[in-house]
Parts: sequence; C-alpha cells; structure tokens
Amino acid sequence: MKPALRNGATDGPALSADGLGKHFGERVAFEGVSFEIPYGEVFGFLGPNGAGKTTTVRTLGTLITPTSGSATVAGIPLTPENGIEIRRRIAIMPETPGVYERLSVLENLECFAELYEVTDPKARIESALRAVNLGERARDPCGALSKGLRQRVALARALLGDPEILFLDEPTAGLDPVASRDVHELIAGLGRRGVTIFLTTHRLEEAERLCDRVAILNTSLRTIGRPAELRDALFAKALTVRTVAPLAEPGSVFGGLPGVDGWRRDDGGAYVVAVSDAEVAAPAIARALVGADADVLSIGESRHSLEDVYLELIDEDREMGRR
Amino acid sequence: MNLSRRRVRAIIRKELRSYRRNASIVGAMGIVPLVFVLQPLVAVFAQSSSSSTVLSHRHELLYMLGIPALIPAALAAYAVVGERQQGTLEPVLSTPIRREELLLGKALAVLVPAVGVAYVVFGVFIGLVALFAHRGVASALIRGPDILAQIIFTPLLAAWSIWVGIAISTRASDLRVAQQLSILASLPTIALTTLISLDVIHPTLGLALALGAALLLANRLGWRIVSALFDRERLIVGAKG
Ligand SMILES: Nc1ncnc2c1ncn2[C@@H]1O[C@H](COP(=O)(O)OP(=O)(O)OP(=O)(O)O)[C@@H](O)[C@H]1O
Ligand SMILES: [Mg+2]
Repeated sequence: MKPALRNGATDGPALSADGLGKHFGERVAFEGVSFEIPYGEVFGFLGPNGAGKTTTVRTLGTLITPTSGSATVAGIPLTPENGIEIRRRIAIMPETPGVYERLSVLENLECFAELYEVTDPKARIESALRAVNLGERARDPCGALSKGLRQRVALARALLGDPEILFLDEPTAGLDPVASRDVHELIAGLGRRGVTIFLTTHRLEEAERLCDRVAILNTSLRTIGRPAELRDALFAKALTVRTVAPLAEPGSVFGGLPGVDGWRRDDGGAYVVAVSDAEVAAPAIARALVGADADVLSIGESRHSLEDVYLELIDEDREMGRR
Repeated sequence: MNLSRRRVRAIIRKELRSYRRNASIVGAMGIVPLVFVLQPLVAVFAQSSSSSTVLSHRHELLYMLGIPALIPAALAAYAVVGERQQGTLEPVLSTPIRREELLLGKALAVLVPAVGVAYVVFGVFIGLVALFAHRGVASALIRGPDILAQIIFTPLLAAWSIWVGIAISTRASDLRVAQQLSILASLPTIALTTLISLDVIHPTLGLALALGAALLLANRLGWRIVSALFDRERLIVGAKG
C-alpha cells in the first residue's frame, strides 16, 4: 500500500509552496519559491552553495518559519500550530548526520523510533538497518563510525517513522560509489512505494537519474521541470557529424537540407548541425555526405546533460550579477 | 496538551545512557558529594562527646543539601547548548516531539542521578556517624526532622537547579559559559542551605513549609518558563559558540 494512502490525503499535492521565502535580517536565504509536488514524486532540488536549499528544507520541515509566502506539507498548511502534525508525516535527513556519538547505532535508532512512536520499533529498526546496510555495525558506538557510515545512520533514522514525505539534504555527499548506488536504489525504491522525496544534491547525474522533476534554485527558483524538458527548452537540438577528412565545402553539404537550421565546426573538428527535427535531418545529412564523397565516421545526437542546463543557468545568473 | 510519556521516556533513557559513558560527568558526580561530605565528617569525628552540645545547634545533614543543588547545575547546563554544539538538536527537533516533552525528559534525566547520588551519600554518612561517632555526637546529629527535611528538599532543590541550568542552556551559545553560569546560579541556594545548617537562619517547621511551597511553585513555573525560552528556530539557525 502506498504510505500516502494511509491518511487519505492523496488528493492534493504532497508539497506545495507559494511565493515562499526566508530572510535572516538583511540576508535573503531564498525567496519567491513556488512549486507543487504530487505524492510519490522524487523531486530534485539543485543549486549552488548558499542557494538556500537547506533553508528551504528546514522551512518546509517546520524547523524555521518562513518570512513570506505560504506552503502546505503533506496536505497540511505550514503554520507553527501545525508543526507537530506535519512532523508526524515527514522525516528529514539533515546535511550533517547529528548522531549521538556515545550511543550505539541501535541505541540511536531506538531513541528515534520512540520519538516517532513507531508501533513495532524492533521490526522497523531492523528494516531500516537493512535498508542502509548497517546491520553488522548495529552495536558499534556512533562515535567510532566513519563519516559515510554516520550518514547512513542518519538515513536509517529518517526511515523509522515511515514518512509520507522524506527530505534528504545531500544524502550521498561523502559516500563511496557503492554506498551512493545503494542510496540511489533505496531512493528509487521508496519512490516506487509512493514516498514523496525532496532531494537536494550537488550531484547532477544523481538528480538526472533519480528525479522525476528537478528545480534549480539560486536564491529564487530558476527553473523547474523534467530533466529532459529542461534540456530541450534551453538547448537547441543538434547532430554531431564526424568525417575522416574535413569537408571541402561544408556549406553546400549541409545548406538547404530538410530539418537543418544551421551548422558550425567545433574545436574537435566535428560539425555541429543545428536541427529542428533529428529524424528528418539525420537521413538527409547522411545522403548528402555520401553524395559529396565524404568518409563518414559517425553521425550522433549531441547530448546535453542536466549539468549543462545547470551550468548554463547559474553562469547566466553570474553574468547578470545576481548573487 | 497531551504529553507523550513514551517520548519523554525515550529522552530520559538516551540521556542516562550518554551520561554513564561520559567520564567527566561520572567524575563530577563523585567529586561534588566529596566536597560536601568532607567538612561534616571532619566536624563529627573531630568532636569529643562532650562537645555534642555545639553540634546540637548545627544541622550537618542540611549542609549536605548542597549536593543536590550543585550536582545538577553542570549537567543541566549541557542539556540544550551541548546538543546544539554536537549538531544533534536538529534531528530531534525534526521529530514530532514537543519542546515540553524534550525539556521534561532532559530535566528528569538529570534529576534521577542527582537525587540518587545525594540519597546514597546521605545514607552512607548517617551510617558512618551512627556506627563510628561518639554516641552523644551521633544522637545530636541524626535528628528525625533533619532527615525528613533532607529527603523532601533533595529533589525540590535539585529540580530548581535543573530548571535554572536548562534555562541558561537554552539561551547560551557556548557550553562552558553555560556551565559556569549555571554553577554560579546555584550558589545562592547553597548559601541558603549552609546558613540554615549553621543555624544562622533558624530552621523551623514554618520555614520548611514556606520554602517547600516556594520550591514546588518555582519548579512548576520553571518548566513553563524554560519551554517558553526554548526557541526552535534560534537553536537551529542562530550563531553557535
Ligand atoms: N542562520 C543564518 N543566518 C544568516 N544567514 C544564513 C543563516 N543560515 C543560512 N544563511 C544564509 O542563507 C543562504 C542560504 O543558505 P543555505 O544553507 O540554505 O544554502 P544551501 O543551498 O543549503 O548551500 P549548500 O549547498 O552550501 O549546503 C546563505 O547565503 C547563507 O549564508
Ligand atoms: Mg545546504
């Protein structure tokens, strides 16, 4: 059963923000943030250092009060009075693990299982430990664990209360590749079970792989959408053509072909052909190249990654002197 | 307001577990009582039976009420600012816990060992005096009303020190400063119990009742006031010492 169904609150969005903002005195941490996240979505929240990601998580997690705008969390309006009701339905894995160092992994989890008033603490703790692969270290004092292992304790702790919405603030920062992959699988699995996940990360390939949608924050929201949509919106589609020798007259080869908007040569000697429709353009380009007696090495789609989108937007901000 | 006993218990358990494994806390729990036991022991065993009349004006047992007043001060001062410096406050505050539950759990977790240690020390002291001191000295010293006062005032004084210590802890940005302030804040209480034990302030039933009532009230208010002082947001994003 989807955890979200338990409370019958699946009608509206899991999370929504409307013009949400927080400033500390003069300093604006984030502002004008609006979005809606349906139940079961894995939502990526990206942005450079100091963009306001952690502050947004803390605000939505009822730890600090917004200075502007409004929000609902798990269908409940974000107000100070609703703090406890909201916290019952969410869990936050903070940026720093914050485990009790003198207590063992198990004792840490026992404490939090009680704080969440979990019905079957033993079973929940066991499954949380299994989920993060910490079973063998359960009796070790947390003070003796490495950074990455502590992080996994923090993740296990966030799973105890069976949250509807899980806020993960850079969950894989500092994890080794295998542990990161495990966390990715865990997140994907939780997403499939209907847990809404709000994931902040600096690892763009992680966001691209895991997230249904991403938002890029740089004090204010720069963009929001599916990774593929963001790519298409920001970058013109292009094909990359490689030949053994440079073309004698590239202009006459690429000019006037159906679906082709223009071309240029890149630093590596390949031709980057801007196209409006790759399915029409690619065969036409292939025929034209053969017709021109060129030896073709490859014709491929230029792939823009989420990273390209991210860097493009953040660079734009820099040039405009924002932040 | 519905407090969750389960959550309060979870906090108490976690705190007691951490204390047990913290050598400096265990050390402090041992040293403070020594300070307050040494002077009475010397007084008792240096006296001959003839001077029991001198002792009969003193209330050595009440002097030892300094133990429950002082032991909790440093521990309670750790309660909030210590967790904050360790970075463990944010995860706790992300759970459905109410601040009243957190603070009550923290207070009880200090109260239990402080009262326990104080009672054990009193018991040992009374045992030693009864067994080894001159008969006259022993009977002059071990008086029913004093023992009763001892038993009743120990938790009341400890709780008062705890609320003062936690109050300081919620507002302080540095652990050391909090501990020093908290110990400083327990000194007036210790001065009062010392003056009473020296008969400078004459202990009467009326005084006992008045003090008891005042402490009860102060402790009830203490919980409320400390809860009001506990500012979630400042504790999470405010400057750390
Ligand atoms: N308590 C505070 N007082 C003043 N300014 C603050 C406070 N907390 C955060 N800020 C400011 O708010 C902005 C956003 O900080 P935040 O920690 O949310 O960024 P972030 O996106 O999580 O960054 P990172 O990627 O480094 O974790 C920063 O400019 C930061 O300096
Ligand atoms: Mg952050």
